[in-house]
Amino acid sequence: MTVQAEPAPQASTGGGVPLLEVRHISKYFGNVIALKDVSCRVGAGQVTCVLGDNGAGKSTFIKILSGVHQHSEGEYLVEGESVRFNSPRDARERGIATVFQDLATVPLMSLWRNFFLGSEPMIGKGPLRRVDVKTARRVMREEMAKMGIDVRDPDQPVGTLSGGERQAVSIARAVYFGAKVLILDEPTSALGVKQSGVVLKYIVQARERGLGVIFITHNPHHAYPVGDRFVVLNRGKLMGDWGRDEITRDELVQTMAGGAELDQLTHELQRQLGRAPNGR
Amino acid sequence: MSEAVTPSPAVTETVSVVDDRLAEVSLVTKLLRRPELGALIGALAVFLFFAITAESFRTLSGVANWTDVASTLGIMAVVVALLMIGGEFDLSAGAMTGTCGLLLGLLTTEWGLSMWPAIIVTFAFAALVGFTNGYMVMKTKLPSFIVTLATFFILQGVNLGVTKAITGTVRVAGLTDVPGFESAAQLFSSTFWEPHNFRISVIWWIAITAVATWVLSRARFGNWIFAVGGDANASRNVGVPVQRVKITLFMLTSMAAALVGTMIALRLGSIQAGQGIGEEFTYIIAAVVGGCLLTGGYGSAIGASLGALIVGMAFIGIQFSGWNTDWRFLFLGVILLMAVLVNNLVRKSAEGARK
Repeated sequence: MTVQAEPAPQASTGGGVPLLEVRHISKYFGNVIALKDVSCRVGAGQVTCVLGDNGAGKSTFIKILSGVHQHSEGEYLVEGESVRFNSPRDARERGIATVFQDLATVPLMSLWRNFFLGSEPMIGKGPLRRVDVKTARRVMREEMAKMGIDVRDPDQPVGTLSGGERQAVSIARAVYFGAKVLILDEPTSALGVKQSGVVLKYIVQARERGLGVIFITHNPHHAYPVGDRFVVLNRGKLMGDWGRDEITRDELVQTMAGGAELDQLTHELQRQLGRAPNGR
Repeated sequence: MSEAVTPSPAVTETVSVVDDRLAEVSLVTKLLRRPELGALIGALAVFLFFAITAESFRTLSGVANWTDVASTLGIMAVVVALLMIGGEFDLSAGAMTGTCGLLLGLLTTEWGLSMWPAIIVTFAFAALVGFTNGYMVMKTKLPSFIVTLATFFILQGVNLGVTKAITGTVRVAGLTDVPGFESAAQLFSSTFWEPHNFRISVIWWIAITAVATWVLSRARFGNWIFAVGGDANASRNVGVPVQRVKITLFMLTSMAAALVGTMIALRLGSIQAGQGIGEEFTYIIAAVVGGCLLTGGYGSAIGASLGALIVGMAFIGIQFSGWNTDWRFLFLGVILLMAVLVNNLVRKSAEGARK
């Protein structure tokens, strides 16, 4: 990670310097333009939703933010400082934690082991140095309680939790280990309606605890209730960037589907239905 | 990890509520969650069965007999279990016991080393073979099953070829005359508790099982073993050094083979070139009977030891009962099948109960 000279930060809507900001970033893979001229920011206590259909460039975008890829052009700022991450570890050290959809917990391991995996609290000396199980169990329960989850049994395997609860474990862990910005990669895409609601609740909770949240999703109905800003990507380009009061849910859905394309689809579907009166 | 650590009063309250509910996890659930439960029940059943069919089986000398078989098997089964929990196999572990015993024999009888330096060289060699196994699996990303199968055949060939070329026979003998033999034999192959003559390897076995259990349940490395076997990607994402953990496990397996090879060579004063061939599957069977999943991420060292105990009891029990010892393979097969069926149920309940 290299820290370059700090450019004068622009005043953002949230007031002060945003926690994380990207300006006009582009990413090329050979001659493929994966991402072109995308800007976005998130402040403390804000949720920025990044929306886009499949192939819109969401995953490239998230990989740049989380340090897996490096941007080809543009600027990536953390608390006003220009950065270039070489690995997810670099990003984590700056407080940028990414919760990948299904690659965050080990199903057969217990809750407390998952929570502290890779950063186990230790006690004792020399060859008897060991994991401080008591502390690990207690801290895990406290942290999960802050997310509004009662952990009945810290030894329960994570695999027996619901999808929403598993996301909660990842989020609670990221927060406990000092994340300032949480990047959530499609946290609701594999979940049912009820579980999605639960995850949205965790997002709101993280925001209320003063974190910046970047919520990546292809579902505007999940984004709209929790978002403060909405960034829509389409085919690697920025379609727009709106504050919550600048756009309605319907407009958001329309923009995402690419407006005109959706109209045409509706038209075509109607024609098809008209042609087959007995069909459903 | 700064501001988030101190719990607010409201949180403390919630936690105390949670504490009360902790008692709700029933003893049955806790027991069922233990991977070694099936092996414990199996071991008791097998013991009762042979205690009834063969009188000598339940005498102390009989016990000394089957714990002897179980001990060398158990030492290997425990480390193989660790490796399996870490998500890998080592099919070369059986042949490796032979290789190490032969190497020790050749170093001392042919190349003039005294016993202790030769033992050190043998262990270093084993560590190198284990490292090679692990490194190849990590770098090629091939299944360890196939990589160590290759190692197995290479070792089998070397064992026979080198032994024949140097000694002209298929065994290395004469270790008893080597300086340092007495003290080494004391540590690796003596007996205790006259007149039943329990083997010292039983002590090694119990000690290794205890250490492995402690590592799995309390050490950071143990936590990482479960993690790399359960989901290597997720582990890497949270900063677990996956390659280092797995290579260390391969090295431990080979070094345990060196220990067992040394024990066998010192016990008999000689070692056969075919020593250990085919035993790798017995180790895996013991580990699986002990609750290890073939897919990794789950299992126990005590379970693997119990699995080894079952195999040991069966081998000796069949002999003591006066039956043809060929039946032991049938027995192994049946036990293995039962174990994988039970393990499958366990994993399903642990992994996918509420999605």
